[in-house]
Amino acid sequence: MTDTQTLIEPKQKVYFDLTTSPHLHSKWSTSKVMWFVVAALIPSIIAAITFFGWMQIFIIITAVVFAVGTEAAIQSIRKKKVTWFDGSAALTGLLLALTLPPNFSLSATAIGSVVAIGLGKQIFGGLGYNIFNPALVGRAFLQAAFPVQITTWVKPNFAVDSVTSATPLAAFKFDKIFTDTVPMAIGNVGGSLGETSAIAVLVGGILLIAVGIVNWRIPLSMIIGMFLFGGLFWFINPQNPSPVFHIFAGSFLFGAMFMATDWVTSPITNKGMWIFGLGISLVLVVIRIYGGLPEGVMYSILFMNGFVPLINRYTKPTIFGVVKEEKK
Amino acid sequence: MSSKTFHGGVHPKEYKELTEHLAFEIFPQPQQIVLPLSQHLGKEAKTLVKKGDDVKAGQMVAQAEGFVSAPVHSSVAGKVMSVGKEQTSSGFPKDSIIIKRNGTIESESLTNEFRLSTLNPEQISPDEIRERVALAGIVGQGGAAFPTSVKLSPPKDKVIDVVILNGCECEPYLTRDYRFMMERPDDLISGLKLIMKALGVKRGVIGIENNKPEAIELLTNKIKYEHGLEVVSLKTKYPQGAEKMLIKAVTGKEVPPGKLPMDVGAVIQNIGTAIAIHDAIVKGEVLITAALTVSGKGIKNPKNLIVPVGTTIQTVIDYCGGVTDDSVKIVVGGPMMGTAQFDLHAPVMKATSGILVLTKDEVAENPETPCLRCGQCVGACPLNLMPTKLARYSQLNRFDDAEGAGITVCMECGTCSYTCPANIPLVQWIRLGKQKVLQMQKERTAK
Repeated sequence: MTDTQTLIEPKQKVYFDLTTSPHLHSKWSTSKVMWFVVAALIPSIIAAITFFGWMQIFIIITAVVFAVGTEAAIQSIRKKKVTWFDGSAALTGLLLALTLPPNFSLSATAIGSVVAIGLGKQIFGGLGYNIFNPALVGRAFLQAAFPVQITTWVKPNFAVDSVTSATPLAAFKFDKIFTDTVPMAIGNVGGSLGETSAIAVLVGGILLIAVGIVNWRIPLSMIIGMFLFGGLFWFINPQNPSPVFHIFAGSFLFGAMFMATDWVTSPITNKGMWIFGLGISLVLVVIRIYGGLPEGVMYSILFMNGFVPLINRYTKPTIFGVVKEEKK
Repeated sequence: MSSKTFHGGVHPKEYKELTEHLAFEIFPQPQQIVLPLSQHLGKEAKTLVKKGDDVKAGQMVAQAEGFVSAPVHSSVAGKVMSVGKEQTSSGFPKDSIIIKRNGTIESESLTNEFRLSTLNPEQISPDEIRERVALAGIVGQGGAAFPTSVKLSPPKDKVIDVVILNGCECEPYLTRDYRFMMERPDDLISGLKLIMKALGVKRGVIGIENNKPEAIELLTNKIKYEHGLEVVSLKTKYPQGAEKMLIKAVTGKEVPPGKLPMDVGAVIQNIGTAIAIHDAIVKGEVLITAALTVSGKGIKNPKNLIVPVGTTIQTVIDYCGGVTDDSVKIVVGGPMMGTAQFDLHAPVMKATSGILVLTKDEVAENPETPCLRCGQCVGACPLNLMPTKLARYSQLNRFDDAEGAGITVCMECGTCSYTCPANIPLVQWIRLGKQKVLQMQKERTAK
């Protein structure tokens, strides 16, 4: 031993970075992912401002500030590390804001954010532990607390006379009027801030799928589910909306790309994601056609969120090599 | 050409461009070597020398102890300085022989003074192949270092129908197998044929990831007129070179948990092992060198080297120009499954495939957060496990549940930790749980 030591120069560097393998890691981290999703929502924010006016930015700012503030307040009460900049509360606030109607009361927005973070997320233990999508929990609370304001729609900026302020789904539900697909895709129809332009939502959503943040199985299974179940009801009674109308109307695409795909509240298995997506579409079609409300994306996603632990349990992947052993 | 593969996996940045174009360099003989008696899986070899003995290069200094073991040979001519515990790259000290070289000529080339007889590969019998492979101390060059003679002696009731040479080299940075394929294709094919002969197998496959098109083309041309040999192009994806993944890609068969490749009729050998077998039989050489890649952004001159076994890591790093100031970690093996080093006196061993000096930028350590339940690890696990669950069970000391969820199936390839956006050290937790479960199982059978 002594002989070895004399041979080695004493100036050698000492290495103490001794983590176990693997020594390489993808460049993603929790906060990078959160801020990337925020960035993917920029097209929707632009669409909201374009169609409903720059005042809408205050709804977004209010929602984000109160979401981050609530999270920080609860974290300091719980004596946890305050995560101001991890982006997750900011994302929840932004998502909540984009589900609200234009010109929505700022004080009600603030209440929604407090509920979203407080009851939707922190009460379960914070990031990673909540069962239901926090932004939708906030939205559901507002729907119950402010039923009139939250269904008061505004005419979009470039509306021609024939366009009403009613959302395409409400127009269908209460007046049996179908809106054309093209204005729904562009966003020149009444509706919530973020859901109004299908194209803006798709731009952000496809970006998220491309970088691997959104698992394509969830939006795809929702769309397939819509063709299956929506198509079935349409086939039985052509008075019902077509699958294409279902997809472009309301917040279906926004829900499919940004809400249902929330990591924490969606299944972790590939098979589970299919069941989850198909389930959302089934519940949604039933609510839209038979329910008292014109729109049901929020409730159908929250409903399926509740099934996620069960879905995960029953869709465990078969361990490599096991099936063949049993077949023998 | 369509490329075959398996389900799951990840695509880490390859960094192969650092060394792939560099031909092997012969490392000069070091002043002193450290030879651990256990450079393989199985029983430690038994030392044949004592302090003060003179040894020649290529002389056996420790003999195999039992069936699953391998002898150790000296890579230099010199004097035995000591026999005792020394640090190894596994992180644990092991019984080792230290030999100080007595040669003075700096340019002395690395030849075995102690050569074995050369054998004719055409006339050699399967038993002679196994005998020679055992005598030459050949162990699997893929990393696990399983004694090759054992792998060439399957139980009589197992029917082996294919030998697969693993040319995937799916670990980033490493280019050793690639250099072997480019520089010694004929010896490699000769080694493959010897393995097939020892096992009485008619079909030989060389599986190569499609990020090495030159190697695929070269070997495809070489075996054009060979009967029973084929080159299979595989998708570039980590861990394509894992035994189970390679067998699945080549034959479509899945090795069940707890079973061996031979249970589905396959034997996998590393490219380097095939070359070593060729050298042992055709040239009469024993295994006293390790072919390895020295790479990473933290090393001044990355190289592919043929290093005498027993050379310390420090000596190899010095030879490559030393480390840069921003280097933070030294890894022996590949970056996905290798071991971080704290003591550079540890020697290069028979199965050492690489020495990597990594910078902060390459290691990319981000803060850990709670699990976001994104399912990335579940989708990426090549063995279809649920890494996040296994790690959680370990954290909560729920080892019964961990066992039920298949924790012992895990091969610790690192795919889950690599992909985890919350930066949870999943493999580390799973390793802990695996140890506990294996211990539990041992106690149960003891009862």
